[in-house]
Amino acid sequence: MFGMEFYVDPSRCIGCEACLKACEECETHRGVSMINFDFVDRGETIATAAYVCWHCDDPTCAQVCPADAIKKYEDGVVGSSLKPRCIACSNCVLACPFGIPKLIPEAEQMMKCDMCYDRSSIGKKPMCATVCPSQALAYVTPETIASSRREKPVNTFRIGAQTISTKVYMMAPAAIEEIAVDVADYTWEGEYEVVPQAF
Amino acid sequence: MAKLPQSVDDLVARFGPHPNYAPPGGWQDESRGPAPRLVKTHCCFCGQQCGIQLKVRDNRVIGFEPWEDFPFNRGMLCPKGVKRYMQSSSPDRLLQPLMRAEGGFRNAGWDEALDFTARRLRELQAKYGRDSVAVYGGASLTTEKAYLLGKFARVALGTRHIDYNGRLCMVSAGTAYKGTFGVDRAPNPWSDIPKAEVIFSIGANIGECAPITTDYIWRARDNGAKLIVADPRMTPIARNAALFLPVRPGTDLALLMAMLHVIIRDGLIDREFIDAHTTGFELTADSVREWDPKRAGSVTGVPPEAIEKAARMIGESRRVMILHARGLEHQSKGVENCEAVCALAMATGNLGREGAGCVMVTGQGNGQGGREHGQKCDQLPGQRSLTDPAARAHVASVWGISPDELPGPGLSAQEIMNAIHAGEIKGLLSICFNPAVSLPDANFTREALEKLEFFGVIDFFLSETAMHADVVLAGSLQEEEEGVTANTEGRVIHIQKAVDPPPNARADSEIICDLARRLGQGERFAFREPREIFEELRRASQGGVADYYGITYEKIDRQMGVFWPCPDLQHPGTPRLFEGGRFFHADGRARFMKLAWRESGDPVDISYPIYLTTGRVVSQYLSGTQTRRIGALLDQYPQPKVEIHPRLAEQRGIKNGDWVRVTTRRSDLTLQASVVRTIRPDTVFIPYHWPRERSANRLTHRTLDPRSKIPEFKVSACRIEKADAPPPAGNGDASRRDG
Repeated sequence: MFGMEFYVDPSRCIGCEACLKACEECETHRGVSMINFDFVDRGETIATAAYVCWHCDDPTCAQVCPADAIKKYEDGVVGSSLKPRCIACSNCVLACPFGIPKLIPEAEQMMKCDMCYDRSSIGKKPMCATVCPSQALAYVTPETIASSRREKPVNTFRIGAQTISTKVYMMAPAAIEEIAVDVADYTWEGEYEVVPQAF
Repeated sequence: MAKLPQSVDDLVARFGPHPNYAPPGGWQDESRGPAPRLVKTHCCFCGQQCGIQLKVRDNRVIGFEPWEDFPFNRGMLCPKGVKRYMQSSSPDRLLQPLMRAEGGFRNAGWDEALDFTARRLRELQAKYGRDSVAVYGGASLTTEKAYLLGKFARVALGTRHIDYNGRLCMVSAGTAYKGTFGVDRAPNPWSDIPKAEVIFSIGANIGECAPITTDYIWRARDNGAKLIVADPRMTPIARNAALFLPVRPGTDLALLMAMLHVIIRDGLIDREFIDAHTTGFELTADSVREWDPKRAGSVTGVPPEAIEKAARMIGESRRVMILHARGLEHQSKGVENCEAVCALAMATGNLGREGAGCVMVTGQGNGQGGREHGQKCDQLPGQRSLTDPAARAHVASVWGISPDELPGPGLSAQEIMNAIHAGEIKGLLSICFNPAVSLPDANFTREALEKLEFFGVIDFFLSETAMHADVVLAGSLQEEEEGVTANTEGRVIHIQKAVDPPPNARADSEIICDLARRLGQGERFAFREPREIFEELRRASQGGVADYYGITYEKIDRQMGVFWPCPDLQHPGTPRLFEGGRFFHADGRARFMKLAWRESGDPVDISYPIYLTTGRVVSQYLSGTQTRRIGALLDQYPQPKVEIHPRLAEQRGIKNGDWVRVTTRRSDLTLQASVVRTIRPDTVFIPYHWPRERSANRLTHRTLDPRSKIPEFKVSACRIEKADAPPPAGNGDASRRDG
């Protein structure tokens, strides 16, 4: 709406957790952080990854919600659950291909990244991307990303048989068109067609 | 009598640290809605001094908004910056003066506390001589406060002994830069970093200790720059290094000398630059002649081919930025280390141009500004030497005294503590310094504090050091008094007053002026507000190296900071030093130095075969006085752990999470192991932000660099073994519960 998009680049992440701290400072989050953050394997590596909801074009969480509590807004942002509707059933928690939604027991409600909707809906940057000291989380224009980064933004993911396009971009090596996370996506079964579901 | 007045348990129960988790009024408080006032100021932690807007309602700091227009950090903040607003509402805040009483501290009135402080200082000086009292300052103070404190020590108390905790920060770099370039400042603005072709980070844990600088380095990388990282640990920025040099603690000098060796051997020097703008090249060339990469490799534990490669990358580039920090400086040869860095930049002509230079990454909030205007034991305002007759005459005239009344240079921070331990210094007034946690050999520090005949402290929390005090004067937070600081680039910035101190606490500068009045020097400390102190500081610095004369608060606001030197009101400031190869020595040339290898002051041997190095984690700041009170920061890294490589862990039968005992020639410490493949197998690492039984500085030693007087925090010899059990909690160790 304001020409900015969200870009995630785990290769820039320094694991400082400023995003987690900033997320809970947003007026709509109030003490609950909705950043997903991992030390990949601290024993082996310094690598860390911070990421937000990918805001799917066709959000699985909303599809599986029996209470119709998850809404996608006009600008493509997929909101957190609506408090009056959410029945805390965890369907979305189980169904999300990215593992994003979290059930917050104290609130009896699922909460997830809403891209700081109070901020991004009026042209401000989400809290996490504003403060991120490594700009592993960045909220800028596509032109800025194209002119300043080595990596290329990708927003198509293949997870098993599901192909997902998202509002949020992952920065990937320049030759990559889509991101696949299943080895099966890279295998070749020869010339005879194999029905994937058979496995 | 400075033993603790009551048990640690009781002191901690009353004064904390108690972690603060929620903003004033709680997360659901409606007053967290749009605030009536946003104050554009800066973070109180670390030398980056990121711009931030504090949200203020009803004289309370209730939150923050990023300040995206401030050019240095453009809204970016680390976790400390995000949560810094919470210290304003800490339940541990000291709300009135305290005086030592039977079995604890009692609340006191200001007149009583100030009268007592002034009387005791004067009594000690009358009995033992002027220099029997010392003053400790800090590099988190605004420059006005630092200036005022230097003047207070020399004019109101007349003691030689004033020094500050910046002595534990980057003084090695300062000494090296002054000797080499004639000025103690990072010569390049940070905007030069993304313009470099090669970035060499040595002894600088950028990702954790200067987090927002990471983006500058990643932008350079996006532009095609190659990153070289030298560190005993794979720090977070090493993940994208083109070359990682896992240097053994305390051997950086050998690495740097071998790099210089290769550059000279292979003719990669910039002869034109050396001839036109420097002197003494032969001194350095002779020093490194015997340091071929193979010899250096055996000393540093870095493969000789990697040293060759690093040297070639630097020697073959015209735009190299070298970033260095405490890893290089916290050594008993810290000055030589930094001189070698300067030599590397000079030999390759990488100075004074866009994208070319060597910079120290300052650690403390006002690490730069706090060392320029007179709280260092050997300096007068404007980065002037205390032994230079012209400098003495100038500053004395500004202060309205005779140059003869100005004391000479005094002892440095650790030397002051040594003199207290030896009974030579009897009284101490301290502000913004927590030596009980931050000085090396913490058991020695505790013994020294217990020997003081008078100990006065100005602070806003009862730090582990302040617990030893006779009087604690409740001072002000950074956001409670206006002033300036200088960030890591030498950019002078404006700290705004956001709120008043609590009704019965006082602004730091008011307390210092009030004490000066009680010491009979009121007319020289008749400042009504920080702006008046700054006006005098401008004149005191005029004509000096760190010339602030042309800087005003308004100009800072207009320009988003002013880089010193700024000699007159029309002058725009000086973002980049040494342009055109002009240096600050009288002959305009930079000086190559003789470099000589020395062993560490605490060498490894058969009994202590492992290197111990210490440092920071991203969520804590310095001695933790402030950041151990912010719940979200404490939870991120609640207890110090020992980082240990799996190879060493396996030899000692240690698994991740086991309790291990680390023993040095001073003391031992029992902490949990964090078994990680990201540290050298011959080295362990412990962060130093905690007190007493968790204090890494119980293990470190008091060897100082002979010139900069910086302690050798980064190199100790230790042994490590599996402990049978965790150390007992309780029994006076309340410290374990503050995390």
